[in-house]
Amino acid sequence: MTIRLLAAGLVTIATPALADTPVLTVLTYDSFLSEWGPGPAVEAAFEAECACDLRLVGGGDGAALLARVQLEGAGTDVDVVLGLDTSLTAAATATGLFAPHGLADATGLPITYADPLFLPYDWGWFAFVHDRKLENPPTSFTELAESDLRVVIQDPRSSTPGLGLLLWVKAAYGDRSAEVWEALADNIVTVTPGWSEAYGLFLAGEADLVLSYTTSPAYHLIAEGDDTKAAALFDEGHYLQIEVAGKLASSDQPELADRFLAFLLSDAVQSVIPETNWMYPAELPSAGLPRGFDQFRPASSLYLSPDAAASVRDAALAEWQAALTR
Amino acid sequence: MTLARSLAVLLLAAVLVPLAAVAWRGSGLAFGPSDWAAVRFTILQAVVSAALATGLAIPVARAIARRSFPGRGLLITLLGAPFLLPAVVAVLGLLAVFGRSGIVNQTLQASGLPPVSIFGMQGVILVHVFLNLPLAIRMILHGWLAIPQERVRLAQSLGFRPADIARHLERPMLREVLPGVALIIAVLCLTSFAAALMLGGGPAATTVELAIYQAVRFDFDLGRAAALALVQVVVTGVAAILVLTVAQPSGLGLGLGQEVRLPGPPGWRRVVDIGAIGLAVGFLAVPMLAVVLRGLPGVPTLPVEVLAAAGRSVAVAIASAGLATAVALTLALGAVRGNPMVEIAATLPLATSGLVLGTGLFLLVQPLVTPMTVALPVTVLVNTLLSVPLLYRILVPEARALAADYGRLADSLALAGWARLRWLVLPRLARPLGFGAGIAAALAMGDLGVITLFAGDGQATLPLLIQRLAGAYRLEGALAASVLLVLLSFALYWVCEAGGRRAAA
Repeated sequence: MTIRLLAAGLVTIATPALADTPVLTVLTYDSFLSEWGPGPAVEAAFEAECACDLRLVGGGDGAALLARVQLEGAGTDVDVVLGLDTSLTAAATATGLFAPHGLADATGLPITYADPLFLPYDWGWFAFVHDRKLENPPTSFTELAESDLRVVIQDPRSSTPGLGLLLWVKAAYGDRSAEVWEALADNIVTVTPGWSEAYGLFLAGEADLVLSYTTSPAYHLIAEGDDTKAAALFDEGHYLQIEVAGKLASSDQPELADRFLAFLLSDAVQSVIPETNWMYPAELPSAGLPRGFDQFRPASSLYLSPDAAASVRDAALAEWQAALTR
Repeated sequence: MTLARSLAVLLLAAVLVPLAAVAWRGSGLAFGPSDWAAVRFTILQAVVSAALATGLAIPVARAIARRSFPGRGLLITLLGAPFLLPAVVAVLGLLAVFGRSGIVNQTLQASGLPPVSIFGMQGVILVHVFLNLPLAIRMILHGWLAIPQERVRLAQSLGFRPADIARHLERPMLREVLPGVALIIAVLCLTSFAAALMLGGGPAATTVELAIYQAVRFDFDLGRAAALALVQVVVTGVAAILVLTVAQPSGLGLGLGQEVRLPGPPGWRRVVDIGAIGLAVGFLAVPMLAVVLRGLPGVPTLPVEVLAAAGRSVAVAIASAGLATAVALTLALGAVRGNPMVEIAATLPLATSGLVLGTGLFLLVQPLVTPMTVALPVTVLVNTLLSVPLLYRILVPEARALAADYGRLADSLALAGWARLRWLVLPRLARPLGFGAGIAAALAMGDLGVITLFAGDGQATLPLLIQRLAGAYRLEGALAASVLLVLLSFALYWVCEAGGRRAAA
């Protein structure tokens, strides 16, 4: 009896709160949610103006997010997916689960990117990061392949940076990409399942270079006051990773989802992106970029459109696998 | 149908139904082009790792069993520790010793010798032996300690030399214990993912678990994931049947249950024993110390959310360990006569891919409730499922001995039900039960399989939080949180283990 009364009381207290506050569920990658990621700041800023409850839900990394949405299908509670990249958007479009965002394109990207379904909120260049003590860092894939430097990369079958490297080599060398991988094979110490394992191996001194981003040295500079890391700039140009968000067609809060997507490009979010997600903001915030973000700017950007990336992926993966298994 | 059989059926269903759900949602079962290579590599490394870990564990377990030295009890407890390490932490520890700037290579360099590389097949096997050797030692040591003191005394009074003891006492015991130990380690290595890939050196070291990960996460090819998971289950099922036919009861018979040490022979055997213990301690302790000492200073600076996550992990661990112990004990008592179905059902859960199991449960649960709301109960359930095989393997040799030695006496006294459990089973099995519950608790602490699929707002467990920290560049924080995880796991393990020993004494 006591329990029943208690439950009735709780329901009475909880109901008005539930009825008044709409809930927006955003599925994102795990590092976005961490205390040091953008999540807490984004949640606080959006809840301050939306009169809603923003629920950020973690779902592994970028590829895992898409799998999760496919798994849940139209019955999902998720309203917005935040954290796919352009190597995944073709597959995401093909699911038919996403709805147009209807917003103007972001202006802070090095290329023009227009996609009716996916809104970019940040971007970065893939790069090989090394210690400044490294003499003669490589300036191209060919130089890297000819050197006896040790490199750790991520597996393109389980990690978005790993897949990004595959597309980088493909965009730079086209039909010759298989040769490049064969030449690189003896430099590759090991292949890790995700970014953090590779970066950990690099920091532990197991490799001279690690596949990461041009902004990684800025993290060490700003967060740790450590100016010992650098990104090797390659003559071929650097492949772009563009991170996007999309609204699900099944969302029961479409207006709120639209507001959230627009909010992503506001100063409130864009100004915290560089020092929490360690990527370039899609709209330049009014305060500009933090120091360290201009240290390593590639001369040119390489990029494959989502459709091109999707169509070369399987062949590129087979080349990679054949070259590295030998 | 007995309780054990009903439980076995439930276990089989818990493994196969989610798998079927995944296959059904995909378009049937299908294999990818390079999947057979992954299957071959996975089985090869699992067999080699299991053979090495088991083989190396024999001299160490024997040395511990027949020597007395200060810190022996502590060493036996500490042997549980490497098994509790998260794979990435274990890899970092091994790198501190065997890596490019590790102790081994610095020594080689100083002596003008060429460096050795840890990356490749050797690295995969090294990390698996590192993680599983202590478990093998512990399980085999249980076998040694279970040799009845009456047989030892008889051997002594007959003037048995070490070779005679080996022939008449130790080999029959090993024949009973070793196949199960090797099986459990092979299956653990079969589903290895991060450790194998990090040290494997490239796609030649692709394991089935990675192929499953790719199929689920990148390709959303659920048919392929289900096919690969089925291969793991079939391989394990075949191995479990093989073990059942190879393992023979030792026939050493009844004793009064007092622990007595085998005579420690003097001479060169003493040197060998000291060497075996010394090498094992060095191999296991140095990498662990290296990584714990590196992470420890960061523990006080961890954010508060880590504490909440740690609390959730401890709760999951305690619930899973309790459930798994009850299930495994029931199965082990019911499997006394070597029921093949119980045997297979008690092994298969370990072979299932956590990702496929999680995905299958997700598909099954989703039409009924929002998956997020059942994240922690599902995590408890899955961890219970995954711990049962280990616990079963630890319990079953002693449950068999118990039935052989006391079964008829208990029956003739009409000792049954709770009374039998209270007065016979629990006191006699307290030691393995405590050890097994400790291992189960620690396994559940470190699990990162299902929670990644189900966890919503504010439900992160400690392993999930570690992954988030590492993904946000906070690798030192992640390491510190990992050390906290290891310390908590070890504390749980120690409480269960010491509890079991105290109850047995």
